[in-house]
Amino acid sequence: MLFLVQDGITNGAIYALLGLALVLVFAVTRVILIPQGEFVTYGALTYASLSSGQMPGTARLAVAMGIVAFGLDLFAARRSLHLRLVGRALAVNIGLPVAVFVLTYWLAGRHPPIAVNVALSLLIVAAIGVFLYRIAFQPLAHTSVLVLLIASVGCHLALQGFGLVFFGAEGQRGPTIADTAFSLGPLRFTGQSLAVYAITAGFIVALWLFFGLTLYGKALRATAVNRLGARLVGIRTTLSGQIAFLLASVIGAISGILIVPITTLYYDTGFLIGLKGFIAAIIGGLVSYPLTAVAALVVGTVEAFSSFYASNFKEVIVFTLILPVLVLRSLAAPAVEEEKD
Amino acid sequence: MRQRLPIIVFALVVAAIPFIPGVPPFWIVLLDNIGLAALVAMGLVLLTGVGGLTSFGQAAFCGFGAYTTAVLTTAYGVSPWLTLPLSLAVSGFAAVLLGLVTVRLSGHYLPLGTIAWGLGLFYLFSKLEFLGRNDGISGIPPLSIGPLRMIDPGAIYFAIWIAVLLCALLTMNLLDSRTGRAIRALRRGHIAAEAFGVQTPRAKLLVFIYAAVLAGLSGWLYAHFQRAANPTPFGAQAGIEYLFIAVVGGAGYVWGGVLGAAIVVILREILQSYLPYIFHGEGQLETIVFGILLVLLLQLAPTGVWPWLMARLPLKQKRKRPDTSLALASRPKAVATSAVLLRLDQARKQFGGVIAVNNVSFDVQSREIVALIGPNGAGKSTTFNLITGVLTSSGGRISAVGKSIDNAPPQEVAKLGIARTFQHVKLVPDMTVLENVAIGAHLRGRSGALSSMFRLDRGDEARLLAEAARQIERVGLADQIDQLAGSLSLGQQRIVEIARALCVDPMLLLLDEPAAGLRHMEKQRLAALLRQLRDGGMSVLLVEHDMGFVMDLADRIVVLDFGTKIAEGTPEAIKTNPEVIKAYLGAVA
Repeated sequence: MLFLVQDGITNGAIYALLGLALVLVFAVTRVILIPQGEFVTYGALTYASLSSGQMPGTARLAVAMGIVAFGLDLFAARRSLHLRLVGRALAVNIGLPVAVFVLTYWLAGRHPPIAVNVALSLLIVAAIGVFLYRIAFQPLAHTSVLVLLIASVGCHLALQGFGLVFFGAEGQRGPTIADTAFSLGPLRFTGQSLAVYAITAGFIVALWLFFGLTLYGKALRATAVNRLGARLVGIRTTLSGQIAFLLASVIGAISGILIVPITTLYYDTGFLIGLKGFIAAIIGGLVSYPLTAVAALVVGTVEAFSSFYASNFKEVIVFTLILPVLVLRSLAAPAVEEEKD
Repeated sequence: MRQRLPIIVFALVVAAIPFIPGVPPFWIVLLDNIGLAALVAMGLVLLTGVGGLTSFGQAAFCGFGAYTTAVLTTAYGVSPWLTLPLSLAVSGFAAVLLGLVTVRLSGHYLPLGTIAWGLGLFYLFSKLEFLGRNDGISGIPPLSIGPLRMIDPGAIYFAIWIAVLLCALLTMNLLDSRTGRAIRALRRGHIAAEAFGVQTPRAKLLVFIYAAVLAGLSGWLYAHFQRAANPTPFGAQAGIEYLFIAVVGGAGYVWGGVLGAAIVVILREILQSYLPYIFHGEGQLETIVFGILLVLLLQLAPTGVWPWLMARLPLKQKRKRPDTSLALASRPKAVATSAVLLRLDQARKQFGGVIAVNNVSFDVQSREIVALIGPNGAGKSTTFNLITGVLTSSGGRISAVGKSIDNAPPQEVAKLGIARTFQHVKLVPDMTVLENVAIGAHLRGRSGALSSMFRLDRGDEARLLAEAARQIERVGLADQIDQLAGSLSLGQQRIVEIARALCVDPMLLLLDEPAAGLRHMEKQRLAALLRQLRDGGMSVLLVEHDMGFVMDLADRIVVLDFGTKIAEGTPEAIKTNPEVIKAYLGAVA
């Protein structure tokens, strides 16, 4: 019994991280980030490839996306091109990913320490995340939540397809970050699971503080409520979107790196993991960080128990968990909410 | 008949294709697949493009249709034709269950919910013993009519495309009707539709079920086409692809679904056969291209290919003018027991700590024009929303014709003959003026979805449109009757809203800033119209900022400031009231 709870909490902590990232991105950009799962996969498999001395294809993708983003930046600023602007766009969109690519190329096969691999994986996935916003969502930033959602599904399809190309259909595992382990009564705690708890708790508190207390956090929230208004008071809305995607991709990649030593990950595993984060985020109404975290723990625990008692129907049970939640939400539906087209 | 001509030509072309010598059998298989996808996409067009409800889970409904017939025909030996209604019923029933849970949700929860149950049902299909788990069910008998067994793709081709054409006709009939207008109004928010008596949750559930039944039909055909059913084609990926098809073709257009299906199915075929040569890669390369195309399409052509194509074809649809001689029965009226039409007694509305309407009382007599004025933020529009049931009040009583309408739903208020316009115009911009105004007569028609689909509603429909055309003429917009509402100037759109409200056959007209954006002559014409309506027995309660207009027109004026009534009286009394002057101009120096 107890070990199921423990298992559930470890899974739940990962779902909580993803749920938080989803809430974060939705709160700032109104994008429901289906590709979150791909960030998980990319982070995990990039890390695993690096650890086994291979060059991950994601580094190439980051460079390619950077080139597209550079083109878009130039096109967007075509009427007021000046050297400083071009230089900055060049440095951010091309310089950065190329530097990471070269570094990765140089380090791959030399078996660098785990920390270096982790850092490289995070850098690559973070670059992909930021460019994804620039390329796919920034031009659509003024449209409705539904259009953004459909675009989000499109990104998921493309990124998952790339995942298959880069990492193949076979699953991979990565080395653990911390090898220590100790027992407490009947339970055995590994360093890995402790790292999961610590990082999740850290992120929850940090995000909560960031959005609740800092001026920049409030600026990001203002962008979500009213883009035009936010721009009028001097908030750079495109920058807030990129920051949100940066955080989300880093969180996704960290979750991936945390779980890839525990379970085997395939190119399409991330989608399912991400969706479970979604269920938590929906329970949290896509606005509340603490509620999302609690809900994620519930989802993880339900999953652990159902995989023990009815393993065949594990996914069915987890995904139908959303229905009672939606029923509750619809009963407490907001009285007047006029949707815009 | 002329409008049907392109469809007849299309049907003939489709019917002729298999008889053209030299057509490779492979093409027929492709066309079969296009037809199957088109059926699902057509449902999505209605659901997403027209109704504004996005679903990623339509593939699961195909699964219900396919598995129902698979189980019944293989395990129980039921004839495929007998399982058809059952397949449709099972998909429809699943839609009722899921719809009841989800359609009341606003915006993005619905698509998220559909992704979740799309996945959940996929796993259910692949785990249940009696559905054959991951292997599915094989050996499903083919469709047969007498000795003709539709085994090869060329034979079932006709069954599939007859279904596609029939469903397209039924869907277009449905959209071009009283129920169809209610569905088309959904996407622009529910407040305007509800103010004219549309039961929006029911309309949403209706399109949800309709889309599911179309998907179920596609699933039923699929099962007898493949003669096998397994979980893969009914998973989340397929559900996403159906939405992709609808967006590509043009989510707002029935034929857009068919066109989208053709584009996507053919494109996938081409990509699957050529991409591996180009990239030497393995697996689903086409999903990458699909994903990127979907994002590009949303950025560059969010309305899809069909409207783009239509704009380039010389097919100009001629609209039939409604015959205005047909009379529509007037709204069943309650017997007026007193001269007081509307009474507010200490009406109150609080938003958190803000008191938007603070114990306001006034009444409107019959045959009277009452103006509600006050500075910005005085609570005038909130008062309107309390009367029409858009907002729930925090206290006090509101009654109309002696009946309490405290917190009555907007539809009930409309039934009593209270019709309104909105401060921020709420028309459906891509519907014509005539269609928009006809929504106002919603409660005076009675034909439902089924009779509209089979065109049994024409008498009822002609009378509704005639009434709408009469009201449009009355407000002086007869020349604009066939224009899209979104193409009119803001002032004209306000007038269209008045025509729509008049279609209710109201006894009380609530106008929220009707003169804003009108030119001088137009204002005078509006004032004349309102006087004429009053003399005809109607009462008007209006919010307006144009003091000249108000003072000239109103019989009585109620002044609000910061949610509180500060004065009430004839225009002359209000003009000299010191409280009113203070509220508008500040303290007298």
